Amino acid sequence: MKASQEYDRALRRAILLLAVLAVVLLIPLLFSVSVSAEVIHEERSLYRDITVVQNGPRRCLIFNIRIGDRNQTCVDVDDPEKLVFSYTRMSFAGLLVQPEPQHILVAGLGGGSIPMTLADLFPDAQMDIVEIDQAVYNVAKEYFFFTETDNMSVTVMDARVFVKRAGLQGKKYDYIVLDAFTGDYIPEHLLTREFLQEVQEILTPDGVLVANTFSTSRFYDHESVTYQSVFGELFNFKLPSSGNRIIITALQHLPERGELMIRARDFAERLKKYDIPILEYPARMSTAVDWDMSRRVLTDQFSPANLLRDNRL
Amino acid sequence: MTPFHHTLLRMTVLCVAFVSGFCIMTIELLGGRILSPYFGSSVYVWGSIITVFMLSLSFGYLAGGRLSMRKPNPVTYALFFVSAAVLILPLVLFAEAIMEQVFLVIVDPRYGSLIASLMLFFIPTAILGMISPYSIRLLVRNEEHSGHIAGQLYFVSTMGSALGTLGTSFYFVLWFEVNFILWGVILTLIAAGTTVLAVYYLPQRTSTGVQQYES
Repeated sequence: MKASQEYDRALRRAILLLAVLAVVLLIPLLFSVSVSAEVIHEERSLYRDITVVQNGPRRCLIFNIRIGDRNQTCVDVDDPEKLVFSYTRMSFAGLLVQPEPQHILVAGLGGGSIPMTLADLFPDAQMDIVEIDQAVYNVAKEYFFFTETDNMSVTVMDARVFVKRAGLQGKKYDYIVLDAFTGDYIPEHLLTREFLQEVQEILTPDGVLVANTFSTSRFYDHESVTYQSVFGELFNFKLPSSGNRIIITALQHLPERGELMIRARDFAERLKKYDIPILEYPARMSTAVDWDMSRRVLTDQFSPANLLRDNRL
Repeated sequence: MTPFHHTLLRMTVLCVAFVSGFCIMTIELLGGRILSPYFGSSVYVWGSIITVFMLSLSFGYLAGGRLSMRKPNPVTYALFFVSAAVLILPLVLFAEAIMEQVFLVIVDPRYGSLIASLMLFFIPTAILGMISPYSIRLLVRNEEHSGHIAGQLYFVSTMGSALGTLGTSFYFVLWFEVNFILWGVILTLIAAGTTVLAVYYLPQRTSTGVQQYES
């Protein structure tokens, strides 16, 4: 009896100690909220913390600032048409494959710079934009000069659901941009062979798919193998200045480098005001396989993308 | 029934309760994977899954407790495991077809994911939920120790849930396909049910005299 009372007392003490410890550990957290003079807007959405930071003329959208995430998108408030990020500019290499898009789908709005530029270049094109986070849409409108034109329609929805439904409705797009990845988390259901097959279904025969993806880690191999399994040939577009790579692919045969160059020359003047150095792009767009072909294809059954990103595993 | 046999049966019940906790959370975690191609991976998809699991477990507890009133015996107990295993089969074989129908009929992915979760997970999880109260009934010998026994049972089954969650999210999805893991769950549950039966029957057959499980 004595022993069990002793035991109960020890248990109670341990619980009390744990409670005290928890409180003590939480206190500094309350004060560690990183306050910076440049933060102009903060909001917590269903999916993440959204912070808008201004540094001189440069205004940036940051997700999850507390875990040190990098900028999602930036805009130069003095010259909003200029594209600040290299990967955003690189995504326009898709124009070299499909120079006259009429029906555009952009998955992932961010600050809205890709759709705004496309709308500016092709005012008559119909554009659907799908963004999962209502808060991102609100912030894009309020802080990043995103304005919806009459030919644009924004849907707040998971891109996978949107694409599946678009397929059912028989919608087709000739220019699809996948830009749905944030720095710290990959939506695993947007990387699988099945998803890419659904995307393939809504591409017109002359359409192009432009996907902003990662250029590092073991995950690179899995992703490349998966795209290859669906589309066969693809342009792997990397610049030394960027940690991103852009995958560009199509249902038809991809154009030869000479043709890319001719189109780049046609576009060079029109793309100058957005700061897009399109003439430099054809030389960097390679169809060569530089990934480990033996890696497993990602499927709805097997897609541990976030775990694979960790090189140590 | 010999004291040794009793201890063995008790240990077996605790072990399989651990296994059931493990399997419940493995299925719940894979639920997100299974639904995401049709309904996305938004917070409401997880909301649907967790709602359905909580609902089915709560009804399972109720039913399991109720069943334990009528001649509690290890055979019924073993049947819970085997029938849960069988009822997970549709999840492996027909999940795609079921979700496709729901996707076609219900446009709002919130209700789509809720209905799909109900159809895919409710029945097997409710059966798995029946295991906990029934285990307690099999283990309890007297009123005085009932709280202690319940505590032990919650301990092992929730520990199983914790490890099932960890194992599935950290490792299984990295190593195996979703359906492969589900087949693993099915086989594990069948093995658990079989173990209960074996422990109950084998010593009876080898020992002499009338043996009645008198709990």
